[in-house]
Amino acid sequence: MKKWLLWGGLVLLLTILALGLIRTQQGQIGVGEKAPDFKLVTFSGETYHLQELRGKVVVVNFWSSWCESCKPEAKDLEQAWRDYRSRGDVIFLGVDYVDTEPEAREYIDQFGITYPNGPDRRTDISQAFRIRGVPETYIINRNGEIYHRQIGPFRSLEDIKSTLDPLLEGK
Amino acid sequence: MKNHIHLGVRVFLVLLVLVILYPSPGFAQEPTPPDDEVNAIAKQLYCPVCENTPLDACRTSACEQWRGLIREKLQQGWTEEEIKGYFVEEYGDRVLAEPPKRGFNWLVYLVPPLAFLAGAYALYRGFTKWRISRSPSRPDSRKVPEDEVGIEKEYISRVEKELENR
Repeated sequence: MKKWLLWGGLVLLLTILALGLIRTQQGQIGVGEKAPDFKLVTFSGETYHLQELRGKVVVVNFWSSWCESCKPEAKDLEQAWRDYRSRGDVIFLGVDYVDTEPEAREYIDQFGITYPNGPDRRTDISQAFRIRGVPETYIINRNGEIYHRQIGPFRSLEDIKSTLDPLLEGK
Repeated sequence: MKNHIHLGVRVFLVLLVLVILYPSPGFAQEPTPPDDEVNAIAKQLYCPVCENTPLDACRTSACEQWRGLIREKLQQGWTEEEIKGYFVEEYGDRVLAEPPKRGFNWLVYLVPPLAFLAGAYALYRGFTKWRISRSPSRPDSRKVPEDEVGIEKEYISRVEKELENR
């Protein structure tokens, strides 16, 4: 009985350790996978729930004010948002990763960003997407699946548009 | 006329006292906390960007911003626990150098001492068994059986005889 308890405890402990290792070894979320559901409360207090955006193309951009490589793409993303906004079937969401609010707001002002942006509280969203750093952008199709994963910044406005257009045209 | 002058002096004095006693915003603000005070809290937190680097030792912009935030909160009169609580609330448990004692985190605190105790117990058991197996109360496995002793004696006497005959 004592032996069984000891072995049972050991097996349980090893299982927990194995699960932890599997979780940390999991790569980034892949194209075609279901996008993890999340709730983003923006700096202005609006709430966006991914599940409620089903039927729209969602562009989720992870950024931070301390991230130098986020800056060049910031104005391109904003321009893309302004160009697509009137269509009504696309939404851009900015997720501010481990940042401080005053600097984040300054960044938003500096680049004139108008699409919804909010902090990644408790890093819940970035953990769900298993991001490795910033910037990273995920384009989610109308069914809530990952259509494109951009690791690092988009090179230009054309780069963003050439990625988004085929998805938007293939209704 | 004289009364008017007296009244004017009194009003002036009252106003002067009020101006001196009234706390201006400059006086209400706490002095800027020194680096040591900021780092005492920063070393209990981990850099959000580089892995396994305490916040006080990290030179990235992200960490500089976080240290600035700690300084700001200290200036506002927040306690160490309140500041750490704020960071956990905003950025999650993983910012802490020591995981909070709850849920699965308990494994971090319990497994190492339990493993040590189990190892010590296994060593004790092994050592005790080894000592018992060597104790003289048990038959000495290295002893030569009696029939073999007889054969040996016979062999020696034959060798001696042969040597005498030469």
